[in-house]
Amino acid sequence: MPAKITMRSAAENRARLRAAGLALPLVAFVGVTFVAPLVSMLVRSVYDPVVADALPETIALLDDWDGMNVPEEAVFEAAARELLVAQEERTIGQIAGRVNRVQGGLRSVLVVSARRLRDASGSVGRDSMVDINPAWEEVETWHALRTAGERYTTRHYLAAVDLTRLPDGSVVRQAPDRRIYVPLFVRTLMVSLGVTLLCLILGYPLAHLIAHSPPRRGGLLLALVLVPFWTSLLVRTTSWIVLLQNQGVVNDLLVAAGFVADDARLALIYNMTGTFVAMTHVLLPFMVLPLYSVMHTIPRSHMSAAASLGARPGQAFWRVYWPQSLPGVGAGSLLVFILAIGYYITPALVGGSTGQLISNMVAYHMQTSLNWGLASALGGIILVCVSILYILYDRVTGGGRLGVT
Amino acid sequence: MANAERHASDDIHVEFENIGKSYDGRVMAVQDFNLSVRRGEFLSLLGPSGSGKTTCLMMLAGFEAPTTGAIRIAGRSVHALPPRKRGIGMVFQDYALFPHMTVADNLAFPLDVRGMSRDETRGLVRRALRLVRLEGFEGRRPGQLSGGQQQRVAIARALVFEPDLVLMDEPLGALDRHLREEMQYEIRRIHRTLGVTIVYVTHDQQEAMVMSDRVAVLRDGRIEQVAPPESLYEEPERSFVARFIGENNRLHGRVLSIEKDICRVRVGEDIVQAILVAPCEPGDATTLSIRPARIAVSPRPGLYTNEFDARIRDITFVGDHLRIRVEACGREDFVAKIPNMVGHGAVLEGDVVRIGWTPTDCRVLDAGEDHDA
Ligand SMILES: Nc1ncnc2c1ncn2[C@@H]1O[C@H](COP(=O)(O)OP(=O)(O)O)[C@@H](O)[C@H]1O
Ligand SMILES: [Mg+2]
Repeated sequence: MPAKITMRSAAENRARLRAAGLALPLVAFVGVTFVAPLVSMLVRSVYDPVVADALPETIALLDDWDGMNVPEEAVFEAAARELLVAQEERTIGQIAGRVNRVQGGLRSVLVVSARRLRDASGSVGRDSMVDINPAWEEVETWHALRTAGERYTTRHYLAAVDLTRLPDGSVVRQAPDRRIYVPLFVRTLMVSLGVTLLCLILGYPLAHLIAHSPPRRGGLLLALVLVPFWTSLLVRTTSWIVLLQNQGVVNDLLVAAGFVADDARLALIYNMTGTFVAMTHVLLPFMVLPLYSVMHTIPRSHMSAAASLGARPGQAFWRVYWPQSLPGVGAGSLLVFILAIGYYITPALVGGSTGQLISNMVAYHMQTSLNWGLASALGGIILVCVSILYILYDRVTGGGRLGVT
Repeated sequence: MANAERHASDDIHVEFENIGKSYDGRVMAVQDFNLSVRRGEFLSLLGPSGSGKTTCLMMLAGFEAPTTGAIRIAGRSVHALPPRKRGIGMVFQDYALFPHMTVADNLAFPLDVRGMSRDETRGLVRRALRLVRLEGFEGRRPGQLSGGQQQRVAIARALVFEPDLVLMDEPLGALDRHLREEMQYEIRRIHRTLGVTIVYVTHDQQEAMVMSDRVAVLRDGRIEQVAPPESLYEEPERSFVARFIGENNRLHGRVLSIEKDICRVRVGEDIVQAILVAPCEPGDATTLSIRPARIAVSPRPGLYTNEFDARIRDITFVGDHLRIRVEACGREDFVAKIPNMVGHGAVLEGDVVRIGWTPTDCRVLDAGEDHDA
């Protein structure tokens, strides 16, 4: 009966529409709080129109410049004109800051030149600008100006991996003393790996205990694992300061027990150790919960069956239990690792100078140096790393389990 | 017969001696449990849920330790043996197949952990699969099999390492009726083929009756009766068994007198003669049990010692017999089954007829727990 079928499919469509409607607030929420900032960050990492907009003529002329010798008179004239405009429109600070990031020391050159150009009268060209500051006679200055004027640029990403582009266009590594980010990325990966491993070693037996306890005891233990979630992250982190600081509980106990001399107290905090300990503590529940949720679906009878079939406890564990718990191990490790890679507050509070991670650098560029392009590029790299891991994990655990691929 | 010359105890494969088990130190889940299983026997533990069947099996397999008593396998106490050293094949109620392994790997597992060679393993796995008629399923995962197929794999895995004792805990509980009957037949066939000893747990009396050489009826952690299915049916020794196995009319009364093995029992207003099974004294409360099929409706007068008036409440046609519910001997649900033969005395609902039975078909048992019910 076609009529009936049509009616039902119409009803189905309406139901589907209503379901979609119910999801709308969520979609909007995710869009506003997650997708939009993410996209704007990624855009910012490759798109920077400030200099290009402020000095359009200069940048256009520099595009045709051979890059070997000091530019022609016309370029000087354009630059002088446009710097003057920028000075009047009070955008010179922004421009100078961006050029300065390409080559240190140029901020004052630009700011001072612009101010002095205002006082100068008559035709302004090469001579007067070199007069104001001899840096205008250097090829590097113009290179910096041209680089900062790239509307679409890879320079933030290059900087984020300690690379730089020479005037001749070739890409080389930064001078050894200026390589900051790659070592920091490596350190962040190592710390994240270490924290993940530590969480796994601590969390696996705990999750096993909870999953295979009688329901009441299991529930109680699970609640204990969840208690930290009800405590502010700041409180949890700062209590480690109380415990680990030089005159803290742990050191006092060690000294009292005679393991450590009073004048040789261990440096347990404001360094990598502090970051490690506090991060493991904070992230442990994120390991235990996925492990638990997988483990409590593994029937007790499987271990009994393995034993009755002749397996020693070790064989039963490694061949029957462990493989079945792997999705939990994967999910927990991935979760902890992803959270650790982007971890910010804990290292900021207890990491001192040696315990800082890449996200602390992102925060620095966001809040202090205001180099949002670089901050975005660093964030973009973290995002790519995490996405790759995520896809890898999804493939390894059989695909589609997390609803992606 | 060479067998007859063997010492009797050679034939005992499994022995429970005075086994008691308490999980919490107060309530006994199993007690006074004495049972011998003969080599090659198919013995079922039958009882309602919570009667201690699984507990007995777990103690035999080594997953639970008896609180009192000793378990012997082939004459040796297994007290100190962990499960993996008992060499017992076990089929779990939920099958306990390893979901991350293929069927072949599941079957190879017990052989691998015994350090068997690849060739030997492959041969044994193939043989076990042929035994349960699952050739060609080697590469499947348990999740890709139907319930019945999973069941077969579980059985094959319990047999593949050639144990001579196999335990099964309600293995067919999760299957639908049709599959269950098919698997009952399969398990019996396998039992006959291999000659292994099987201790089988079920709460389904029909299943136990169909499959077993002997059935041990359990109730509240104690054995009520151990007997072959026929005698359990024909000669229940306990009122619980009479109630649990098949259908029985049960009359509650008091013993008046005993003459040799014939008892006179007062049931309400009537006096019934019955055969003595459980020891009793005049004045004792007792339960009489009579199979519905042993009751004659409108018999030739004077043929039976026990003859009473009965009002017919309803008649149900059940294929080859009629099932007649009557009011008699103070009960309203007295059931008689009579063959559905053409020309059989026409009976109608509401009629008052005579019913009768011989004393030997009527058994005097213990009072039972629902005596006053
Ligand atoms: N692991 C256990 N802990 C405590 N009590 C148990 C445990 N297993 C069984 N029992 C108790 O022992 C009694 C017998 O149980 P069980 O052997 O499982 O019976 P069945 O298998 O016949 O249903 C029940 O009262 C049950 O509650
Ligand atoms: Mg049970």
